[in-house]
Amino acid sequence: MKRVYVNEQWCLGCHLCEYNCAFANSGETDMVKALKDKPIYPRVHIEQSGDITYAVSCRHCKDPLCVKSCIAGAISKQDGVVKIDKTKCVGCLTCVLVCPYGAVRPGETGAASKCELCLENSCGEPACVKGCPNNAIVYEERQE
Amino acid sequence: MSRFVIIGNGIAAAGCIEGIRSVDKDSPISVISAEKHKVYSRPLISYYLEGRTSLEKMNYRSEDFYKKNGVQLIYDTAEMIDTKKGTVGLSGGRSAAFDKVCIAAGSAPFVPKISGLDKVKNKFTFMTIDDTLALEKSLKKDSRVLIVGAGLIGLKCAEGIFDRVSSVTVCDLADRVLSSILDKDCAQVMQKHLEKKGIRFMLCDTAERFEDTKAVMKSGKTVDFDILVLAVGVRANTQLAANAGAQVDRGIIIDTAMRTSLENIYAAGDCTQGHDSSVGTSRVLAILPNAYMQGFCAGVNMAGGESSITDAIPMNSIGFFGLHCASAGSYFEKGEGEIYEQKSCGGIKRLYIKDGRLTGYIIIGDVTGAGIYTSLVREKTDLSGVDMEELKKNATLAIFLPQTRRKKLGGVV
Ligand SMILES: Cc1cc2nc3c(=O)[nH]c(=O)nc-3n(C[C@H](O)[C@H](O)[C@H](O)COP(=O)(O)OP(=O)(O)OC[C@H]3O[C@@H](n4cnc5c(N)ncnc54)[C@H](O)[C@@H]3O)c2cc1C
Repeated sequence: MKRVYVNEQWCLGCHLCEYNCAFANSGETDMVKALKDKPIYPRVHIEQSGDITYAVSCRHCKDPLCVKSCIAGAISKQDGVVKIDKTKCVGCLTCVLVCPYGAVRPGETGAASKCELCLENSCGEPACVKGCPNNAIVYEERQE
Repeated sequence: MSRFVIIGNGIAAAGCIEGIRSVDKDSPISVISAEKHKVYSRPLISYYLEGRTSLEKMNYRSEDFYKKNGVQLIYDTAEMIDTKKGTVGLSGGRSAAFDKVCIAAGSAPFVPKISGLDKVKNKFTFMTIDDTLALEKSLKKDSRVLIVGAGLIGLKCAEGIFDRVSSVTVCDLADRVLSSILDKDCAQVMQKHLEKKGIRFMLCDTAERFEDTKAVMKSGKTVDFDILVLAVGVRANTQLAANAGAQVDRGIIIDTAMRTSLENIYAAGDCTQGHDSSVGTSRVLAILPNAYMQGFCAGVNMAGGESSITDAIPMNSIGFFGLHCASAGSYFEKGEGEIYEQKSCGGIKRLYIKDGRLTGYIIIGDVTGAGIYTSLVREKTDLSGVDMEELKKNATLAIFLPQTRRKKLGGVV
């Protein structure tokens, strides 16, 4: 299955992925309207180690701890994609407690939020990958 | 073909069903459920009272869960396990025959003997949907509520009903709130927050006697109430297993494959006592993730697969009135290791570091990234390859050596 991977040697730390992600998941058609003067809750985030930067997002684990730990039965894995049912999520953040990658985060409404590969928003493919100016994030199949 | 019987219909049972079906798609599964409800998310009962979820959304699995998994759901109570005949006797006199059985009977509220308690009219425990609906019926805008027990269940109840009643008082014999998951200083941070919201506490104190709608406390003080909630603690349901001859302590004793001491009898969830890897001893770990994972593991093994759990640890993520708290592992007294502390606006973070490992942590406030700390505790990661300054500041993957990090982000995990 295709997943999002990072090539940290190419990452410029420009944070464009975060903006593209927040926009793609905002439901808005205008980027300025979606993001300007608002706190954003992207589902990918840039971390820094010394002068190296890299993007972190959900790994869609083979055996995801978040799915097994969700106290609301709101997280499931469907066709390889780990998804949160936001209508069921009560924002207890047990998924944040167990994700070993720090990839699930509190979202805008208090419900937990994470990368769902943009498969269900208007972008249709990971917006972070599409907009990365330096191919530092890729969407591809890798050996299990 | 094997005949599988699961006693109980909570989260551990759901895990067990899914575990069995990951190996064996066809053998019949019977689930005996004392509660007349399909499996629901027990921890959500307080969110229901708060209006943050509905009975329908509390369903833990989809409408067709039992059908899809070929499960016969029997609303009845298991009364005995006959190991010789291989049957589970039900209250109605019927029985269910098994080749493998899983006891997933959970726990029950412990109701202390307090003089005058039997005469209190409006008293409740807080464990089930039925408890919740009964409590909800008695809630009135002018109700004064006394909750006995400042643990997770008592405080979640307090939060759930707070806006629907006139006052909430919580008492506990312990000297702090949430004594099973927080150390003393962190408990104070949470207590202050709850007090600011308007919850009253009487700690190191408890109800000694009830006179109708008045509680006389150990300290001699009195509390007038309209509604009493008993949330002193829970006890694992071990009787069935004990009567069948299985080894039990505070919970049903299980090994890392969820086997009890009796052949073909497995157990999972809140009714069990298994290995707590954070302290290396056998303990009851009554948390939902553990119930699911143990249930799944039991199911796989019952169906002839191979599975074991060796890294279970206590862990909790819980919020009250918008302030979150994440914790995992075990803590120690000052002087036994390093306790790193970082205070933030309204919050606190404490890392317990000993013998080059993170043994436990507590974060109150911004819990982003907490799972990275949890993984260090669970995996007992040797911190010599970890950037300690970074680790203390932020929970990010930057704490790891570059090659470790690249493996985490560049491969299929
Ligand atoms: C208010 C509240 C808040 C909580 N919050 C959290 C939280 O935030 N995070 C967390 O990790 N955990 C939380 N928990 C704990 C969590 O709910 C439990 O760990 C989990 O539900 C255990 O699942 P289980 O399947 O082992 O047991 P249960 O959910 O207790 O299910 C056992 C079932 O078996 C049935 N049963 C028992 N005996 C028999 C019998 N003889 N025959 C037939 N059926 C029987 C019982 O009626 C029950 O329905 C909370 C609990 C409560 C009450």
